[in-house]
Amino acid sequence: MAGRKQSADVHQKIRAAFDAFDYEANSTVDVREIGTIIYSLGCFPSQKDLHDFIAKVEEDHTGYIHLDKFLPAMTKVLQEHKFPPISEDLLLQAFEALDKEKKDYLDPEELTKYMTQEGEPFTQEEMEEMLTALADHRNQIHYKDVVSQMTIKPDK
Amino acid sequence: MGCGVTKSSQFHKHSGKAVTTIRAAVLIQRWYRQYVARMELRRRYTWHIFQSIEYSGEQAQIKLYNFLGYLMDNFTPASNERNLISHIFRENEVCRDAEWERYFCYKNIEVPEIYSGPHLIFPLTVEQAVGLVEAFRNKKQLHSRYVLQLLLETWRRLRVLPNINRISTCHSKEITICGDLHGQLEDLLLIFYKNGMPSLEKPYLFNGDFVDRGKDSIEILLILFSFMIVYPSDVYLNRGNHEDHIVNLRYGFTKEVLTKYKLHGKRILKLLQKIFSWLPLATVIDQKVLVLHGGISDTTDLGVLSRVDRHNYVSALRPPKKKHISSTRTSIDSDMDEDVWGANKLFQRRASFTFPRPLVTRGGFHNRSLQDFSDRIRVVVVEDELEVRRRRQSAFISGNSRPENEGTPIASTDSVNSDNTREEWKQILDLLWSDPMTLDGCMPNEVRGGGCYWGPDVTEDFLNRHNLQLIIRSHECKQEGYEFCHNRKVLTLFSASNYYDVGSNRGAYVKLGPDLVPYMIQYQATSMTRELTVRQSVGRTERSALKVLREQLFAHRSDLICAFKKFDSTNAGLVSLNDWAAAVESVMHLGLPWRMMRGQLVTCKTSDGTVDYHDWFNELAIKGPNTDHIDQSLLETLYRHRSTLETIFRIVDTDNSGFISHEDFRQTWKLLSVYLKMEITDEAISDLAVTIDSNQDGSIDIDEFMEAFRLTDKKSRLERGRSMFMGTAPDLTKLEEDPSI
Repeated sequence: MAGRKQSADVHQKIRAAFDAFDYEANSTVDVREIGTIIYSLGCFPSQKDLHDFIAKVEEDHTGYIHLDKFLPAMTKVLQEHKFPPISEDLLLQAFEALDKEKKDYLDPEELTKYMTQEGEPFTQEEMEEMLTALADHRNQIHYKDVVSQMTIKPDK
Repeated sequence: MGCGVTKSSQFHKHSGKAVTTIRAAVLIQRWYRQYVARMELRRRYTWHIFQSIEYSGEQAQIKLYNFLGYLMDNFTPASNERNLISHIFRENEVCRDAEWERYFCYKNIEVPEIYSGPHLIFPLTVEQAVGLVEAFRNKKQLHSRYVLQLLLETWRRLRVLPNINRISTCHSKEITICGDLHGQLEDLLLIFYKNGMPSLEKPYLFNGDFVDRGKDSIEILLILFSFMIVYPSDVYLNRGNHEDHIVNLRYGFTKEVLTKYKLHGKRILKLLQKIFSWLPLATVIDQKVLVLHGGISDTTDLGVLSRVDRHNYVSALRPPKKKHISSTRTSIDSDMDEDVWGANKLFQRRASFTFPRPLVTRGGFHNRSLQDFSDRIRVVVVEDELEVRRRRQSAFISGNSRPENEGTPIASTDSVNSDNTREEWKQILDLLWSDPMTLDGCMPNEVRGGGCYWGPDVTEDFLNRHNLQLIIRSHECKQEGYEFCHNRKVLTLFSASNYYDVGSNRGAYVKLGPDLVPYMIQYQATSMTRELTVRQSVGRTERSALKVLREQLFAHRSDLICAFKKFDSTNAGLVSLNDWAAAVESVMHLGLPWRMMRGQLVTCKTSDGTVDYHDWFNELAIKGPNTDHIDQSLLETLYRHRSTLETIFRIVDTDNSGFISHEDFRQTWKLLSVYLKMEITDEAISDLAVTIDSNQDGSIDIDEFMEAFRLTDKKSRLERGRSMFMGTAPDLTKLEEDPSI
C-alpha cells in the first residue's frame, strides 16, 4: 500500500507550509497565521472551522502554535478532506441564489448587504477590499467572470 | 473536486429562501477569505524574492570589494592586476581645498540661449527653490553650470554642520520626516503635494538614500539641497548607505549623472562624492528621538559618532585613508598609498570583514560566510608571500617594527590611530547599514555584508544609555511604507512607493510634534496603480518577481542539475516534488517556500507528480542572442554576476567613455576568475569579446556588451507573440508580459 509514502508526503507538504511562517526558526508560528497556512494547503475552512481548529492546537493562549500539535491535526484534516474546496459550479449557484432579480450581476449594495449581514459577516475592511477586487468599471459584480478568473486550483 | 459530495442540491431542496441565502452567503465568504489568504501569501513570497535578491546584490558588492581590497593588500607592485585594482580605489587625493575650487569652477561654463530650463541666481531664494521643483515636474533638466554652482554652495554649507544634528519641535512646529526616496521624484512631489513644501513653519528631515535605482536621483538631490540652502534651520539631511560613490556605481546613480551630463558629469560626481561625505550622520529631535538611516549595534556610541571626522569616510565600503604625518605626496591622481595598505597587517585583517559565523540564522536568509573566499585568497598569498614580506619591510616609514604573527598590536601612535580609525569606521558602517531583528543580541549583517542585525535588548539598552525614547530609521522597504518593531521603540520609514514594482508597496512619511508621538501618512504614487485592482497589482508584481527568479534559477543551472542528480539515483531525469524543492533550496539559498511556488515555476509536471528536470530547464529556456559559441558555464557566470560585472567595467572605464580596452576587459575577467574560482581561458575571453566588438577596433562598448547578454525568457517571448497575434487588449491577470521593460 502506498499509504506510508503518501503520509510522509503529506507531512512534508504541511511542514513546508508551516516553515514559511516560522520566522524565528523554532517550530512555532503566530496563531494569526494559521488561517493563511491552512488556506495555502488548499483547504476552505469557515471561520468557525478555524476557531475550532485553533482551539485544539494553540499552546494555552500564548498566541503561538507549535508544529508538534499542528502536524497531526493538519494531517487529519487533509486525509479526511475536512474543509474541501468549493467548486466553480457551486460558487456560481451561490451567487445566483443571491441575485434575486436574475440580472447576471450584483450591485455593490446587494453584495454588501449579504456579506456584512448574513452568514459569517465581513468586517468593513474586508467588504471594501472585496468590492475593489470584484467590481468592474461599471461598478457591477459580474460573478460569472469573477468566478472563472479567480478560482485558484489548489496545489497537489 | 474535494470530497466528492456535490452540494448543488442544497440550494434547491431546502425550503425557505432565507436559509438558501444564508448558505450562499457563507459559501461565498468562505471562498473569498480563502482567496484573500492565498493572495496575501503570494504577495509575501513575491516580496521575499525581491528583497533577498536585492540584499544578495548588496552583499555581492561588498564581498567583491573585500576581495579586491584583499588582493590590493597582497599583490606585488609590478603586477598588472594591481594596476587595474588601483584604478578602483582612486580615492587618494590629498589636495587642498583651493585646488578643488578650481577643479569645480563653473564660471567658464556657458549657458546657451536655447536652454529652456531654470536659471539660478545666487544667493538662492525660496521662489527659485520652488521654481526648481516645478521645472523638474515639467521634466526640465538643470544646466550643469547651475548644478555645479548649487553643489558648491551645498558643500560649503554642509562643512559647518555637526555630525549629529540636534533640533527641536519648538513653537509647536511639527517636523516631517521622510525615508528612502531612491530617485523616485514622483514620490517626493506627492509628499510635497500632500504635505506642503519645506518652509519656516514646515521643517523637514530626509533620512538618506536619496539616490540610486530610480531615474531622477539628481533632481531629488538638487531639490533637497536647494531647500536646505534656503532654509538652513528647517531642512535637515541624514546620510544613507547609498550616499556613497562606490554603491552608486552599481545601483545606477553614476550612470544617471553621466548620461544626463555628458560633458561635466565626471566633475559633478566628484563634487557629490565630497558632499556625501559631509552629510550629517544622524539627527536627534528634542533630545529624545534619534533619526538615522540604517540603525545601531551593541557598540554604537553617539559620543564617538559626534567626534569623528566624518568627511574622511568617503565610502563606507572602503576604510578611510590614514593621515600620514610624514607623507609628502600631494598629487591628485597617485596610486594607492603603499605604505598605508601594504605595511599594516591590521588593515589587512579589517579588509576582509572577518566576523565569526553566527550561530543562529536569520529568518531564512542564507549566511554566506565571508570565510569562503579567504580560502581562495590563501592560494594567491602563499605564492607571493616572500615578495610581499620583502616589500612590507622596505615600505615601513613610521619605523615601528611589528611582529609578523597577528598578535596584539604594539601600542604605538600608528596602531592607536588605526585602532581608532577602525572603531570609528565600524560605528559609521553600523549606523548606515544595520537592520533590526526580532531575536535578542547583535550579530553581523551577513545578508547585506555590512553593519549588524540588532535585537530588542540592544535597543532597550541603547535608548536607556542615551536617554532617548524612539529610533526612527529607514533602509528597509516596508509594504505599508512604515513598520514598528522592538516594542514600538523602533520605527522603520520608507518613502519610495512601488519600489519593487508597480503596486508592490506604499510609501509613508511621519509627522512629529512636540508630543513626540509619530503620526504616519501613507501614499502610493503613479497613475498606473489606480487602474489596477488589488489582484491585478499583486499578479503583476508577482510576475516580475518570478521572472527575476527564473533568471536566477537559470543562472545556477549546472549546480541545480548536480543537486537533482543526487536525488535521482537511477538517472531517470526525474525527481519528486519534495526533492525538487529541497534541491533548489540547497543551491539557491533564498529561503523561499518552493513547494508552494512550484505551480508558478514548473509546468512540466508528470502525472505522478514528479518533475522532469531536463524538461524544466528547457521550459525556462532563457537565452541571449549569438551565444552558442560561448561556453555554457561561462554564460551562467555572466548571468549570475551581471551587476557586479557591469560595475567593474564602469570602474575600469576611467574616463567614463562607455568603452573599455580589450586588455582591461581581459584583466577584469582574469580577476573575476580568481574570485569566482573558475577556470577561464584566454580563448574563452576572446570569444566573449568577439561577440560584441565586431569592428575589432580594440575597444568594447560596455552597454552593448551587457545588452547582448540580457536574458529574455521563453515564456514572456511566447506570450508577447501570442498577444500580438490575438490582438487582445492586455488582461494583466492572464498575460506574462512585463510592461515595465
